[in-house]
Amino acid sequence: MEVALEDNNLMEKVLPPDEQEINVELEAKEKKYLRGEGANLESLKDKKLKTQLASREKLYGKSAKAAAKIEKWLLPASAGYLETDGLEKTWRIKQTDIAKEVDLLSSKNQYDIVLPDFGPYKLDFTASGRHMLAGGRKGHLALVDMMNMNLIKEIHVRETVRDVAFLHNDQFFAAAQKKYSYIYARDGTELHCLKERGPVARLRFLKNHFLLASVNKIGQLHYQDVTYGDMVASIRTGKGRTDVMEVNPYNGVVALGHSGGTVTMWKPTSQAPLVQMQCHPGPVSAVAFHPNGHLMATSGKERKVKIWDLRKFEEVQTIHGFHAKTLSFSQKGLLAAGTGSFVQILGDSSGGGYSRYMSHPMVKGYQVEKVMFRPYEDVLRIGHSMGWSSVLIPGSGEPNFDSWVANPFETSKQRREKEVHLLLDKLPPETIMLDPSKIGAMRPSRRKEKPTRGEIEAEKEVAIEAAKSVEMKKKTKGRNKPSKRTKKKKELVENAKKTFPELEEKNIAGKKRRIGEDAAAELPTSLKRFARKN
Amino acid sequence: MRIKTISRSVDEFTRERSQDLQRVFHNFDPSLRPMEKAVEYQRALTAAKLEKIFARPFVGAMDGHRDGISCMAKNPNYLKGIFSASMDGDIRLWDIATRRTVCQFPGHRGAVRGLTVSTDGNVLVSCGTDCNVRLWSVPRPSLEDSDLSSEKSIEPSAVYTCKNALLAVDHQFEGDLFATAGAQLDIWNHNRSQPVQSFTSGSHSVISVRFNPGEPDILATSSGDNHISIYDIRMSSAARKILMRTKTNSIAWNPMEPMNFTAANEDGNCYSFDGRKNEEAKCVHKDHVSAVMDIDFSPTGREFVTGSYDRSVRIFPYNGGHSREIYHTKRMQRVFCVKYSSDATYVISGSDDTNLRLWKAKASEQLGVILPREQKKHEYNEAVKNRYKHLPEIKRIVRHRHLPKPIYKAKAESRAMNDAKRRKDERRKAHSAPGTVVTESHRTRRIIKEVE
Repeated sequence: MEVALEDNNLMEKVLPPDEQEINVELEAKEKKYLRGEGANLESLKDKKLKTQLASREKLYGKSAKAAAKIEKWLLPASAGYLETDGLEKTWRIKQTDIAKEVDLLSSKNQYDIVLPDFGPYKLDFTASGRHMLAGGRKGHLALVDMMNMNLIKEIHVRETVRDVAFLHNDQFFAAAQKKYSYIYARDGTELHCLKERGPVARLRFLKNHFLLASVNKIGQLHYQDVTYGDMVASIRTGKGRTDVMEVNPYNGVVALGHSGGTVTMWKPTSQAPLVQMQCHPGPVSAVAFHPNGHLMATSGKERKVKIWDLRKFEEVQTIHGFHAKTLSFSQKGLLAAGTGSFVQILGDSSGGGYSRYMSHPMVKGYQVEKVMFRPYEDVLRIGHSMGWSSVLIPGSGEPNFDSWVANPFETSKQRREKEVHLLLDKLPPETIMLDPSKIGAMRPSRRKEKPTRGEIEAEKEVAIEAAKSVEMKKKTKGRNKPSKRTKKKKELVENAKKTFPELEEKNIAGKKRRIGEDAAAELPTSLKRFARKN
Repeated sequence: MRIKTISRSVDEFTRERSQDLQRVFHNFDPSLRPMEKAVEYQRALTAAKLEKIFARPFVGAMDGHRDGISCMAKNPNYLKGIFSASMDGDIRLWDIATRRTVCQFPGHRGAVRGLTVSTDGNVLVSCGTDCNVRLWSVPRPSLEDSDLSSEKSIEPSAVYTCKNALLAVDHQFEGDLFATAGAQLDIWNHNRSQPVQSFTSGSHSVISVRFNPGEPDILATSSGDNHISIYDIRMSSAARKILMRTKTNSIAWNPMEPMNFTAANEDGNCYSFDGRKNEEAKCVHKDHVSAVMDIDFSPTGREFVTGSYDRSVRIFPYNGGHSREIYHTKRMQRVFCVKYSSDATYVISGSDDTNLRLWKAKASEQLGVILPREQKKHEYNEAVKNRYKHLPEIKRIVRHRHLPKPIYKAKAESRAMNDAKRRKDERRKAHSAPGTVVTESHRTRRIIKEVE
């Protein structure tokens, strides 16, 4: 053992400094792929299980190492960035400055589409970011291929459109219209009219569950399975009308922001909210979730944006000075907030909290309706009252896509294949819960652990000590005699002693009343069979 | 100001020509795959259900015999060939691929009870109740075998007669000795008309005999007086004996761990023994509800197959207490003999209803050529199923087997009886002085004594 240790030390000494650096970097990356701590093998008594688990843990470690190495050396692209020298500030850099610096392909992503007649526009992207859906308030629906800027289909529904959402791929989309919501195919044919849910304010699609979630004008939350059309849940939130709704991508929980300043989180299998948070004193105007599911951003009408840690349900940061009509997190964790004709992007570069990263003022009079980062690109799309605009935000998107998760260059054959696999992996609505890693894990035992005799003794000691050290009040003359004081003190100690045996006796009495299995333990073996079993 | 943005040109990420393969990219970042554990569980559930859907173990029946099949022998030199013999004295060689008789070996005038092939696959030895041992030369497999007119008859190369009816025969591994079991245990040479050696023990006949695959001179026998004996043929008497409470019908050595053997017992259980340490069984394999008639190990040594008088065939793991699989059909009667094919993919059973039946060893396995991607998918499904096998829903689906009504009832009955017995024993123990009543473990319960 010692020899091996020495060998290790020698090895470390031999490594050149840059290689050590790489090792440190790889170890940091490995942590992400290990997905949490390993099992505690020390406490196991079963030798066979211990060896099995040890070999399993070894395997996990190996695969994490391999994945870290792949991330380090083999990924084709690296993330975008924006760095400044000296007194230059990133938030002073304008889109026109960026356009001069970036390559032609990227600069094509800076444009404004002016459609003054049917705005303001809501936007949605497919998971791969290839297709965009724009829905104008006055009934204009447009499906655009972002790769070659092709307008695939444009329809006019001649009534109010409140929200739009893609279903699992670009072949279907849903629109919340004046009275009902509708599902359309890619070529603009109306496939379904969803009458059950009433006039819908917001629509969101849960990709893993194939659920179309919506909140309607009277504050009812509906979940509909789009594979077989069943209404999985309809929940009366009882919090009044709202149009603030977002899905946590990490666990599929739907969050609603209410006019009372609360944010409630819902799952389809319970009528009561999972969480109610009082986030703001006034109405909540926007909610957004970090893709890793641990952070939530909310904005209140009192000109504050707050960042919340969803593991502890605690406020992490308050950003004063503006309120956002719409909020959006990018894949790399940048936060875009749009209000009036101004869009601000906040970044958490140092890990010390969100601060100004970039900003984008638009023409006065434009009203921002929706901001959304395009997945796998450094692009922010802004839907506003005069159409939509596209701006470059370096460092916002994930540079490397996975062909089996979301492929921007998907062929139709791959898409068909993917659809089948998505349907095979469709999750039942019960899997929506606050901590999705609980699935397949052990349930912690419900039974409270009994204090051992030693613990009780220790507690008793502490209580007696406490009783002894109690400061006696100075009483009036005649009541403050030393004999009375000592007597009183003795009584206190006695009382402290008494509480413990009394407790034990009480427990025993309780047991006898039940005559359960515990009572059977005290009987002689031959009489055990007569003890009543509960 | 230094700036970089993601920009992907379409050419870099798509194929150049339509003949090329599509380019694919990996990113293993867990944040791209939310709810991966739930998805994995769902996949495990689907895999478990698919396994049930594809579980079609019965490949086909081979009919031709006119009486119940009494014994079978694998040809160790030829994968497709299997010999079977019936109670009317008929011996046949079957081609498993086409499920047809290749040739017949007529001559026995009573039931054939033992059949074995030499390790080189050239000599077939049969014995039966007509007191004859017959040696046959096995026809060479050739391309012409596939003809319909191949049902030809063959004359025995030698016929040896002895005094008593014979019940079993087994050939030595890598040698030219074979052993027959009857009133006594005889060791024969191919070229001698008289046994070269004989072992007698008591008045009961020897029921089964099996040579050890590792040590060619060691063999195990079971006899009618409930003994399992291990002989070394270089010595004059049995080396070791185990006395059980019930008769052992058949014995099989584990080909990968040749010191271990498993005995198929009349009480419906199989007992795995370490040949060096016989005072207790290494494992008791329970599930059959009637006598186990025959047992054969998989060439991998990880599993064995048993045929039982309760009309079912079961496959057990070599170290597991319960069977992994049960095979039965409405038409299959008492199973007298079973064999695991030499490539561990099939199981063959011979039963009283004159048919040989061919089963897949893994009920839902895909037959034929499997593409690498298919293979990978199967492996993935196995892995996720294994990972979530303890979760109740998956466990229920994977464990569920349909049982024929008689077996189901018999199992329930035996469970009730066992429970009652256990309760009674517990109470007897509780009412006796401590230490006077000792509960015997299942592994030693059915063993009376062990003789060195």
